[in-house]
Amino acid sequence: MLRYTVKRLLQLSVALLGLSLLLFAWFKALPGGPENQMLPENATLDDRAALRESLGLNEPVWVQYLEFLQRVVRLDLGSSLSSGRPVATELADRLPATIELSLAAMVIAVGIGIPLGYLAARKRGTWLDFAAVSGSLIGICIPVFFLAAMLKVVFAQELALLPSTFRLSSGLQYTDVTGLRVLDGLITGEFNVAGDAFLHLILPAVALSSIPLAVVVRITRASVLDVIGEDYVRTADSKGLKPAVIRGRHVMRNAMLPIVTVIGLLLGSLFAGAVLTESVFSFGGVGSFVYQATQERDYPALMGFILVIAVSYVVLNLIVDLSYGLLDPRVRVRK
Amino acid sequence: MTTAKIEKLDRLIEAHAEARDARSGSLWRQSVRRMRRSPMAISGAVIVGLFVLVAILGPWIAPYDPTAQTWGREVFLNRSIFPGPRPENWLGLDHLGRDMFSRMIIGARQTLLVGVVATLIGFVAGALVGGGAAALGTFGGRWGERVEAAVMRAVDVALAIPMLLLALSIAALMGPSLTTVMVSVGVAQIPIFARMMRGSMLAQAHSDYVLAAISIGVPKSRIVVAHIFPNSLGPVIVQATLVLATAIIEAAALSYLGLGNPDPGTPEWGTMLADAQRFLSGAPQLAIYPAVAIIVTALGFTLLGEAMRESLDPRLRRQE
Repeated sequence: MLRYTVKRLLQLSVALLGLSLLLFAWFKALPGGPENQMLPENATLDDRAALRESLGLNEPVWVQYLEFLQRVVRLDLGSSLSSGRPVATELADRLPATIELSLAAMVIAVGIGIPLGYLAARKRGTWLDFAAVSGSLIGICIPVFFLAAMLKVVFAQELALLPSTFRLSSGLQYTDVTGLRVLDGLITGEFNVAGDAFLHLILPAVALSSIPLAVVVRITRASVLDVIGEDYVRTADSKGLKPAVIRGRHVMRNAMLPIVTVIGLLLGSLFAGAVLTESVFSFGGVGSFVYQATQERDYPALMGFILVIAVSYVVLNLIVDLSYGLLDPRVRVRK
Repeated sequence: MTTAKIEKLDRLIEAHAEARDARSGSLWRQSVRRMRRSPMAISGAVIVGLFVLVAILGPWIAPYDPTAQTWGREVFLNRSIFPGPRPENWLGLDHLGRDMFSRMIIGARQTLLVGVVATLIGFVAGALVGGGAAALGTFGGRWGERVEAAVMRAVDVALAIPMLLLALSIAALMGPSLTTVMVSVGVAQIPIFARMMRGSMLAQAHSDYVLAAISIGVPKSRIVVAHIFPNSLGPVIVQATLVLATAIIEAAALSYLGLGNPDPGTPEWGTMLADAQRFLSGAPQLAIYPAVAIIVTALGFTLLGEAMRESLDPRLRRQE
C-alpha cells in the first residue's frame, strides 16, 4: 500500500506540473498578452512598461515560467480586475459556499443514486428499471442552468415554498466556524441558522445534483448487473449464503469500485456546474464569482478559479485512487 | 394500414434480416440487427432523423422570416407581455416580436452546425493525437514509446480539467462568437477522443491480422494507416454520437455564460435559451421551447449512441 501511495503521489506531482504548464500557456495566450488584461483602460505606456517589468514579462520564457510557478505556489494570483482584491482572498472567502453546495449535491446524487441504481439492476426489465434508466438519460440531457432557473421560478417564485437566492435570510445572525453554514449552525447550536441555510441549499443542490445523480444511477446499475453475473456470486448463492450477505460482501463491495471512480470524476464537473447553478441562485460561492469574472473578462480571477478547480480535481482523484486501493486488494499489488 | 398488418410486415422483415444475417454474421451486421430490435436505438434514430430533416429543410418549412420583427409593435405596446401560441404564430412571439415557431425551425440548423463542427474538431484532432501516439508507441521503438508516454501524460492532465471549465477558459481567450463556441467545445473534447482512439488502436495492434501483416512484410506505416486505423474507428465514432449531445448542451451553457454568439440575426437554440432567461418569470415559454428542443435532441443522440455502444460491446451483450 505504501509503494502504491508513493507512486500515486509521484504521478500527482507530474500532473500538477503539467497543469501549471497548461495554465502558464493560457495566461501567455490572453488577447494582447496578460498585461493588457490586468491594466485599466486609461493606462499609459509607462504603466504598461512598469507592469511588464513587475510581471517579469521581459525575461526569457523559462524564467517567466519559474516565476509564475513561484507566484502560484505562494498563492499570489494577482488582483481581481472587478473588485481589486487579491484573487486568492476572493476565492478563499467563497470556497466554503461552493464546497457546501457541491457536498449537498453529492449527498443527493449518492444517497439516491446508489440505491436507485441497485434496485434498477435487481429489478431489471421492470417499470422501475425503465423509469430509472430513462430518467437518468433525460437528467444528463437537461442544461443545468435551465433546470436551476425553472426550479427557482416554480418552487421559489410561483409556489413560494423555498427561498430563491442567497445562502441565508437577511438579518439572521450567525457565527462563522467552517464556512459551511448548515454545519456551523449545528456546531454552534444556532439551529435556526442551520435550518434556514438548509432551506436555502435545497433548490441549488437539487439542480446541481441532476447530472451526477443520473450518472451515479447508470453506473451503479451497470456495475451491479456486471457483478451479479459473475461466477463467484453464483457460487456464493449455491453454497447457501444468505442473500443479504451476498448482496453486501459479494455484490456491492465489487460493484462499488467503478462507482467510486465515477464519483471522483463527478466532483470536478460539480464545481464546473456550480458556476451555472450559483449564478442562477446568487449563491455567493466561487461559481457566482466566476460567472461575474466571465462577464467582465476578469482574467486573473478566471485563472485563479481554473487553478483551484484543477488542483482540487487532481487531488480528489488521488484520494479516490487511494480509496480504490483500500476497496480492492488487487490494486495494491498490481504494478 | 392497420397496426396488425404493420406488425406482421415488421416480423417478416425481421425474419428476412435474421435469415440473411445467419449466413454472414459479422460483428457490425449483428449489431445492426440488434439495434433494429432495440426501442432505444429506434427512438434515438427517429429523433435524430427528424432533427436533421428540420435542420436541412428549415428555410422551406418556416412560415416567416425568423429575424423579421413583424409583430414588434404589438409586443412593444403590450409592455413585455408576449403573446403565446395563436393561429398565425404557432408558438407565439419572442421579446422582439419575432415568430417563435420560425425561429425554432431555423435554429435547428445552427444548433446542428455547432454540435457537428465541435464534435468534428474534437474527433479529428483527438484521433490524430491518440492515433499518432498509439502508432508511435507500438512501432516507433524506444523513442516512440517515450513520445507516446509524454503525449498521453499531457492528455491525462487535460482530462483532469472539467470539460465545461476547459471550454470556458478557451472561450474566454477568444471572446464571444459562434466560432468561439464551436472551437472551445470542440477543443475541450480532444482529450477524450485521444484517449479512446489510443485505447482502440492498441487493442487492434495486438490482433492476429496485424501479426499476419507484419510477418508477410507489410510496411509498418501501411499497417497503421490501412489496417489498424480504420479498424479502430468504430468505438470512437460511437463516442462521437454521445459527444454530439454533450456539445449541444455545453454550447448552450457557454451562451448562458455570455460567451455565445452575440449576433441575434441567426437563431440558435442555445443562444435563444440563454437570452430567454431574462424573461423567465413573465414568459417562461420563451425558454421552454428551446430547452425542450435541446433536451429532446440531446436525448436522441444519447439514445442512439448508447444503443450503438451496447450493441457493439460484447460484454454488455452477455447479460441479455
